[in-house]
Amino acid sequence: MDITTKNTDAPPPTPQPSVAEQKRAARGATRPGDRIFLGLSRGSGILLLVIMAAIAVFLTYRASLAISKDDVNFFTAFEWNTGLVPPRFGIAVLAFGTVISSIIAMVIAVPIAVAIALFLTHYAPRRLSGPISYVIDLLAAVPSIVYGLWGALILVPNMNGLFGWLDEYLGWTGIFEWQGGAPRSMLTVGILLAIMILPIITNVSREVFRQAPQMIEEAALALGATRWEVIRMAVLPFGRSGVISASMLGLGRALGETMAVATVLSPTFDIQTSLLDPGGGTFAQNIASKFGEATEMGRDALIASGLVLFVITLLVNGAARAIIARRKEYSGANA
Amino acid sequence: MKLQRMNRRALTLGALVVSGALALTACGSDDTSDGGDNSAAPSAQAGNIKCDDAKGQLLSDGSSAQKNAIDAWVKQFTAACGVQINYKAGGSGAGVTAFTQGQVPFAGSDSALKPDEVEASKKICSGGQGIDLPMVGGPIAVGFNVSGVDKLTLDAPTLAKIFNDKIKNWNDPAIAKLNPGVKLPDLKIQAFHRSDESGTTDNFTKYLIATAKSDFPYEGGKAWQAKGGQSAPQSSGVAAQVKQTNGAIGYFELSYAKEGIKTVALDTGAGTPVEATVDNATKAIADAKVVGTGKDLALELNYATKAEGAYPMVLVTYEIVCDKGNKADTLPATKAFLRYIASEDGQKILAENDYAPIPDSIISKVRTTIEGLS
Repeated sequence: MDITTKNTDAPPPTPQPSVAEQKRAARGATRPGDRIFLGLSRGSGILLLVIMAAIAVFLTYRASLAISKDDVNFFTAFEWNTGLVPPRFGIAVLAFGTVISSIIAMVIAVPIAVAIALFLTHYAPRRLSGPISYVIDLLAAVPSIVYGLWGALILVPNMNGLFGWLDEYLGWTGIFEWQGGAPRSMLTVGILLAIMILPIITNVSREVFRQAPQMIEEAALALGATRWEVIRMAVLPFGRSGVISASMLGLGRALGETMAVATVLSPTFDIQTSLLDPGGGTFAQNIASKFGEATEMGRDALIASGLVLFVITLLVNGAARAIIARRKEYSGANA
Repeated sequence: MKLQRMNRRALTLGALVVSGALALTACGSDDTSDGGDNSAAPSAQAGNIKCDDAKGQLLSDGSSAQKNAIDAWVKQFTAACGVQINYKAGGSGAGVTAFTQGQVPFAGSDSALKPDEVEASKKICSGGQGIDLPMVGGPIAVGFNVSGVDKLTLDAPTLAKIFNDKIKNWNDPAIAKLNPGVKLPDLKIQAFHRSDESGTTDNFTKYLIATAKSDFPYEGGKAWQAKGGQSAPQSSGVAAQVKQTNGAIGYFELSYAKEGIKTVALDTGAGTPVEATVDNATKAIADAKVVGTGKDLALELNYATKAEGAYPMVLVTYEIVCDKGNKADTLPATKAFLRYIASEDGQKILAENDYAPIPDSIISKVRTTIEGLS
């Protein structure tokens, strides 16, 4: 109740003046400075909300313009022809491709990232872990178009072997069937995305594992646990929410990745049942490749597809927060 | 967080890499002109350019298909008149938008102005309206990469079936019938189309729809509509994929067929199959009729032409300009530049850059129209 009735001009409640505040009080500059700072920070906070609201209103407005003219179902249509009268476009292929490529990336990247983080914090000698961490940081700084070029020039031409092997041994599943097309498919994109999101997941996980309570680890060791048992019983449960947060950061990057996907994928507006056949598309890739020649109508349609990506990202983040909230007991505060 | 401190150094390095990458990508991917080579064009041309009182700087925007042609023209024109012209190849859509908003005195476009765009142009052309002037023709080549096959002839229905995923193998009887004596391998066809929206796709599909409607039952447009096949961005991307992939076939402007990509000869119904060359494209454009009204010279191509040696799969790009009511400060320079590119010398440069000159019957009308611009 107190919070809602708080008066804007009233001095902030100071139940227990901290050391810093006492020092400032001694210098005699408390009130005006505090008030100005309060105003500035509150103003900034409100400004942020206003900007976000303005963007949201603009996007929703333009998207609704486009969707109202759409001749086919926006959510289920397998085509993107905004130049026709009336226009026909739908996001089914894009939503599928975005989710599938991100899932592949996560499946590959998360275990590897966690393994690297554990190695760096619990196995590697200090002299080795420093440089390796630094190199991983550098990986995160490589621009995505560079990954895209590397993917198109090095990764794609060298995927034939893997694709042939998958087709021979796992082709019966239907998911790994290969018709012999150029390997510019969802699996290649997923592998490239996995490499791209590896650094951020590794970095955050490493910091989380490093903060695992030393006392518990030592206690476990004293009781005769092996190093693996220590990791399994003390480090992993402690770091689980952190690893989930890290994975979500990586997933966010994978969902929104644009240039690398546009460079490597062979986008078409149909869904391939096999991960090895070229085709499909993602939201960001589609926006990048269609924006240049798009008419006003086309841009509105692309904005509408961007809104859907935004909503998907929000849902994913919300789900991650819910998972983390349920595991609060493991957070650092209780350790 | 320690993470942030470590990242700062990484970020600095990253920033360097990013700025480097930006500087590189700024060069554009659709640019196939090989720089210095164009200067080999006879220098006497510069002397024939009438500058009048052209001065200052011109901005323009539009079709990327004619970018290499504009670059070659600008080089000559700037040398003669000292007028700097910045043509930003942002795409036809962007060019028309910039024109109807009054940001550029002329724009390049792969397609003629639509009625609502003409309406919009009346606001900025006081007393006049936007008109289309055909300036650059370009054959759309169909490149293929099939090991052991050097010459390939296809007709429209076969081409339509290949790009519509109905013919899936190179040893298909339909292809064999058109190529007697050629040993076609048992190889899967990998048909490549553009992943971005493009005037090249628009004209390629217009040709298929006009000549083989039953095998290519789509409405056409800048976005690819048929199912199946693979895709790549830009003409350069399609050409690169065709070059890399055995069994590939794809369409792009002729200038991208350099570096050893073989192109399909079209069986149009004429006596002999027609190769994709600049001269053959000009012959096909000569069969076009002007459908624009008044000063507008929008063309309707005759895709079904059976004229001997006419290659009907062509793209014509226009310069869009106000017929009346051009801005006083840009009019002299715009007029001088358009006069130059429509002149004999200007059109001659096109062929040297793998574009097709506009045939005399049409370009003479363009010249008259340019003299009347005000």
